[in-house]
Amino acid sequence: MTFAARGAVGHLRARGWMGPLAALLASIVLFSLVTDTFFTADNLSLLLEQSVVIGLLALGQTIIVLTAGIDLANGAIAVLGTLVVAKHAASAGQAAAGLVCALSICTALGMASGGLITRLRLPPFIVTLGMLTVVSAAGRLYSQSRNYPVSVDLLTVFGRGLNIGHASLSYGVVLMLVLYAAIEYVLAQTAWGRHVRAIGGNSEAARRMGVSVDRTVVSVYAVGGLLYGLAAWASLGRIPNADANAYQTANLESITAAVLGGTSLFGGRGSAVGTLLGTLIVVVLRSGLTQAGIDALYQEVATGILVVLAVALDAVARRGRP
Amino acid sequence: MTGDTPVLEGRRLRKRFGHVVALDGTDFELRAGETLAIVGDNGAGKSTLVKILSGVTVPDAGELLLDGKPVTFSGPQQARRSGIETVYQDLAVAPTLDVASNLFLGRELRQRGLLGTVFRRLDAAAMNRAAADHLASLNVSIQSTAQPVEDLSGGQRQAVAVARAAAFASRFIVLDEPTAALGVAGSAAVLDLIGRIRGRGLSVVLVSHNMPHVFELADRIHVQRLGRRAAVVTPKTHTMQDVIGIMTGARVA
Amino acid sequence: MDPARHERPRTKTSRRAVALLIAALPLACSCKSSGRADGLPLIGLVTKTETNPFFVKLREAATVRAAQQGAEVIALAGKFDGDSEGQVTAIESLVSKGVRGILVTPSNSSAILGAVKRARDKGILVTALDTATEPADAVDGTFATDNREAGRLQGAWLRAALAGKVAKIVMLNGTPGSAVDTARRDGFLQGFGIEDGDAAIVGRADAYGDQTKAQAAMENLLQAHPDATVVYTINEPTARGAYAAISARGKQGQILIGSIDGSCGGVADVKEGRLGATVMQFPKRMAEDGIDAVLQYTKTGKRPAGFVDTGAVLITDRPQPGLASEKTAFGLASCWG
Repeated sequence: MTFAARGAVGHLRARGWMGPLAALLASIVLFSLVTDTFFTADNLSLLLEQSVVIGLLALGQTIIVLTAGIDLANGAIAVLGTLVVAKHAASAGQAAAGLVCALSICTALGMASGGLITRLRLPPFIVTLGMLTVVSAAGRLYSQSRNYPVSVDLLTVFGRGLNIGHASLSYGVVLMLVLYAAIEYVLAQTAWGRHVRAIGGNSEAARRMGVSVDRTVVSVYAVGGLLYGLAAWASLGRIPNADANAYQTANLESITAAVLGGTSLFGGRGSAVGTLLGTLIVVVLRSGLTQAGIDALYQEVATGILVVLAVALDAVARRGRP
Repeated sequence: MTGDTPVLEGRRLRKRFGHVVALDGTDFELRAGETLAIVGDNGAGKSTLVKILSGVTVPDAGELLLDGKPVTFSGPQQARRSGIETVYQDLAVAPTLDVASNLFLGRELRQRGLLGTVFRRLDAAAMNRAAADHLASLNVSIQSTAQPVEDLSGGQRQAVAVARAAAFASRFIVLDEPTAALGVAGSAAVLDLIGRIRGRGLSVVLVSHNMPHVFELADRIHVQRLGRRAAVVTPKTHTMQDVIGIMTGARVA
Repeated sequence: MDPARHERPRTKTSRRAVALLIAALPLACSCKSSGRADGLPLIGLVTKTETNPFFVKLREAATVRAAQQGAEVIALAGKFDGDSEGQVTAIESLVSKGVRGILVTPSNSSAILGAVKRARDKGILVTALDTATEPADAVDGTFATDNREAGRLQGAWLRAALAGKVAKIVMLNGTPGSAVDTARRDGFLQGFGIEDGDAAIVGRADAYGDQTKAQAAMENLLQAHPDATVVYTINEPTARGAYAAISARGKQGQILIGSIDGSCGGVADVKEGRLGATVMQFPKRMAEDGIDAVLQYTKTGKRPAGFVDTGAVLITDRPQPGLASEKTAFGLASCWG
């Protein structure tokens, strides 16, 4: 009984939800007081919708960063996914095939990153930087610099949803929440989840204890790839247009969301729930500052300061340890 | 407790890394239920010998006999399956995971039934209970097995690593410099712990630079010198100076 | 072993803080649909980026005009040329905010249509500036330069000014796939009198309207084709980058550079002879027409429609016969930036 109670507190503290949750609530309260159009049913629904694409990219980023890795190519892979889908979007049947194709390609690209990292023993930063360059170029070549609007219902499904009074809940938001719940479960309740964190904390220890580190790392990047493919599908729901020039800064935004949510770039520390909070913080900041009339450039400054604060607080809190 | 067949026997083990000859025909013998210390100067081949015992390194030549039967460890997994657990000098714990997770790392317990098979859900409660029991049986006082390991002191972390090995070992445990990074109190506690493991009847291989600790715990002392076993002595028949003499070559045995 | 450790007090305080915040939420709640009480009319402006001086000028002119008329502008932008997602998010936020009208320079002519429709469905006027949407009637009117005509003027002048020398053309384009890029480029080809793929075009690159990228591209193309004689650029930052590469090689006398924008810096470049000619745009007019249209809509409900050409004037000190142009004196008097 004592173990359970003490364990719960230890878990809460260890997971570090407190900081991001407090920051998110504080910003919501702040913006609600500053402008009367913020805390309304339809604005809050809008915020959730705006967090879907970055949220899914950040979810993949989170599991990768937990292994002390990083993925700079997530946005580019998602963009390639949108192009593959949109180019085959003439009819509903073709669209379904296009989706399967895109999801497979995105997963395969993720696996390729993981494979290069484990086989060649190269730093994830370098490998995914290379992947980013190659995939971006591939996207431009594949699209021949045109952009492809889509109109097939299946492709834009995640943009639609239900209306409940003044609020709306898009299927994209549902997808995001379901995937976050699934990953949170896997991270917290399965052996794979523990291995992912162990690899991030001390990969040599994991290896010595019999964890197949290489296989786990490849699987992490592969799952990331699949999430990026789903992000691509969801983005078509929001903007029914595939464009090779889109989402160029999405990789950094996904890292921002993960860091604000308590994920440590050194590995081993973080959670899906934390990243969801981090994503919401990014979106709330953007929306709230806009509605408060603050220029876009100052918004970037604010986000940047927050990230530095978040990392600094994490470092200070950890210094209290023996 | 001591049978005739040694638990592990090594004959004429050789290993070279490039131009460096680490082991040049080392013999080795670990008897059931004993605590064997391996001592030797730097470069004598201690750590290579330890790696061969834990299955991390494969010897170039020579044989290993486990309970009298020839055996080859293709990796640390195989050694563990044969009931050999190792506590490495750097502990090999995952700092962000809690004590129970570290204990069961690579050997996690799943829940029974559908939750375990289909949903692969771990039985965290069972692991926490088992971990607490293991620690308690070794008189290790850690407040909660749900604490992340990085929150523990150096001595507590060492205790977790040792307890992990003791929990799963069935043949013997290898301890590589267990007190090297600890102060007086921490070392005393670990020695205490090792003593308790001995008390269970498990064989222990202890690699250490620390002569007083060696003399306190070991039944026999394997002295490694220049890639070979120079001698096997006991604390009863030899003094610390004698052993140091053998290590440096000043005396023969 | 070490003594038992106490629960850190930090956890208790942060839990209390969270509880307080949750309690404060109901105070902030105004759970109703968005709508704005009548006050200072708000107008949203969404440009492609914050960094291109053209859009900076657009924003300044819009803000000034709005202030003169007793209105307020909220200015947002995408992060880079082509950032449709950023523009869509900006439009959505402005709608939530309750603006009366939105002026947008679309990075991509079709990506923002969904957001634009949602805004117009709420009775918000949406007008395009600088670039048309596809289809053009998805917005209430477009105030822009006729980009094709601007390209044509540049092409016609370069052809005439070349005066019989062999044409070896380098094209420094903008963001591939953007409507402005396509229109100006097609206009240039038409004005120069050639088709796409003509042998006279020795090199081309996409500089995304960025000076640094343009300089690097020009350096590479000059390396491959040191005998180039004509450079088409999509805007003046691109031309500046091209000129830097050309003058570093000492070839500034041998190569004619044309451009489009009409910023004061660009006109000065024409006066100093760095640029052969530039086609002036009138961002101030675009912004002012846009603001006026929104304010008229709020007063009378009248919506603008169709394409309003805000003008394209060739500025050069070497006028060519049969091609209307103005001297740099005029240019300096009416330039922007």
